[in-house]
Amino acid sequence: MNKGERTAQTVWRAVVDHGVTALAILATLLVLLPLLAIFGYLLYKGAASLNLAFFTQVQKPPGEAGGGMANAIVGSGVLLALASVMGVPIGIGAGIYLAEYGRGTKLANAIRFTADVLNGVPSIVMGVAAYALIVSPHVSWLPFLGHFSALSGGVALGIMMIPTIARTSEEMLLMVPNSVREAALGLGVPNWRSTLSITVRTASPGIITGCMLAFARVAGETAPLIFTVLGNAFWSVDVNRPIAALPLQIYVDALSPYDDWHRLAWAGSLVLIGLIVAAVSLVRYVTSRGVLKGAS
Amino acid sequence: MPKAQPGSKAEFQAAEPPPGGPAESEVRRFLLSRGNSAGADRAFQWLMVLCGLAIFGIVALIVVELVLQSKISLHAFGWKFFFEADHDPITGEPIYWDPVNGHFSALPFVYGTLVTSFFSLVLAVPLAVGLSIFLTEMCPRAMRGILAFVTELLAAIPSIIYGLWAVFVLVPLLRDYVNPWLAKYLGWTGLFANDNPTGLGYTASAVILAIMILPIISSLTREVMMAVPHSQREAVLALGATRWEMIRMGVLRNARIGIVGAVILGLGRALGETMAVTMVIGNTPEIHRSLLQNGTSMAAVIANEYAEAVTDLHRSALTEIGLALFAVTIVVNAAARLLVWAVTRGASTRVA
Repeated sequence: MNKGERTAQTVWRAVVDHGVTALAILATLLVLLPLLAIFGYLLYKGAASLNLAFFTQVQKPPGEAGGGMANAIVGSGVLLALASVMGVPIGIGAGIYLAEYGRGTKLANAIRFTADVLNGVPSIVMGVAAYALIVSPHVSWLPFLGHFSALSGGVALGIMMIPTIARTSEEMLLMVPNSVREAALGLGVPNWRSTLSITVRTASPGIITGCMLAFARVAGETAPLIFTVLGNAFWSVDVNRPIAALPLQIYVDALSPYDDWHRLAWAGSLVLIGLIVAAVSLVRYVTSRGVLKGAS
Repeated sequence: MPKAQPGSKAEFQAAEPPPGGPAESEVRRFLLSRGNSAGADRAFQWLMVLCGLAIFGIVALIVVELVLQSKISLHAFGWKFFFEADHDPITGEPIYWDPVNGHFSALPFVYGTLVTSFFSLVLAVPLAVGLSIFLTEMCPRAMRGILAFVTELLAAIPSIIYGLWAVFVLVPLLRDYVNPWLAKYLGWTGLFANDNPTGLGYTASAVILAIMILPIISSLTREVMMAVPHSQREAVLALGATRWEMIRMGVLRNARIGIVGAVILGLGRALGETMAVTMVIGNTPEIHRSLLQNGTSMAAVIANEYAEAVTDLHRSALTEIGLALFAVTIVVNAAARLLVWAVTRGASTRVA
């Protein structure tokens, strides 16, 4: 084998290797760039517009300075409460089934797979389904149904929470060691009691963060709300009427031609992102610190 | 009885379930047989099973509701809703979407969704794979956690905020700098002809979609790349490979099915993405070859027109678009999950 040829080849391979390394670093920087741009711009624009009035006042008509999104924040709270009433128990229940009763069965695998697929269904489709189920005029003979209402948005968001909560609850419950379950049963505790008071309790920090994550995800959802809760320029907490919601208000303001409303949109986005960053950081803290380790 | 002590302990250990099956434990079965809470236990178990089945119920409910609501449109147009358009009797120009005069065709929406999703993948996939390579193979351990967290954060930003940023930052940027450049140097391809003064359109949508699906693709790609056993890397390195050759032969080749799965999952997200696209695509029901022109997408037209549908047929047609979107995303997501699952499941046993 010719020694000179080998060196040339080795040099070329080293060059390619360095080139790829540079490309990978470049890709990383290109990914970080929009994130920094979005966060930076959001902080710059949002912080300038955020004040006490934002949290205490209703949006003013165009042309008048000031105003806030108090009704939208409260409206989002109402919607999230409705969604949680529906999504949290069913989601945790499904998680308990997957982790405690259905482990390894075909039915559980099918449910797990369906939950993952459901997670990927676009939120706008959830909105259409909620419209058909609750808002559509053909159900107006039933009480509460047949018109735009906060209830319909709550149902749409609640449905979206279920798969996320089910999967995270399952994962958290699986981390609870079997010895804990057997200790409870060994003391003569009934099975359901042992599941609820011992297993779920042990995993509760994880389950709560899972719920927070689902909460943060649906808090920013706009698409399923546009034609279900419709938005509202005034104070309202009536679940049977159209209600304001923070992301919906941001959408309306962002596309409006008024600078004052743009400012409100930025401030609203900053509040929303603050909520979400807090939830994501909490989830990361809990999962990385291993709160469950204390149990084993 | 000191002698029985180790014996019973061994017995207990023998009765301990294999990992993944506490319900099969002897101890548990024994205790269950004696308790008088059998009724409550069964009721609780059924309640939990019902919660699990509720997930099937939701999917069934969505399908039934969407089909019922789109019945009028399904009867009126059939398959040609997605493939044909009415034509103006005088000029012969196609009229895709004119709800007031009863012209309905989903062509421009399907076209817009496919074009923006495709070009967002073209932009996002190389970056996502590059980022994953950097994170799994090159990055110092301390930086890895921070970067992973940052990409996770990027995935958690609501699409309305991406849309807001796109309207006020990205679109002006494209309009003033990028689009004129594209039109000047790549205009001859026909893809970037006729610069559009608004800066909105397919390009803006594809760019914001790429930013939004990047974290999804990269986090899954990272997962499948980390699932490749270290022995594969070591084997290639032992043959004298450089780091890139090790990544190419040892990692990417083993993870390729999972990476395809991750890309398909990103595609599923891009197809259904609504708010950001609605805000920057321009919302005109037309078909243009040039990517710099205004267009619309399936999700965007639903978001824009559903609340103010003029007739039952209009609403029904919009629901049919939603049904199509649902069907496509279900298929795409199922395929992606199966691919990712195939890789990570196979790998975890090999690592052990």
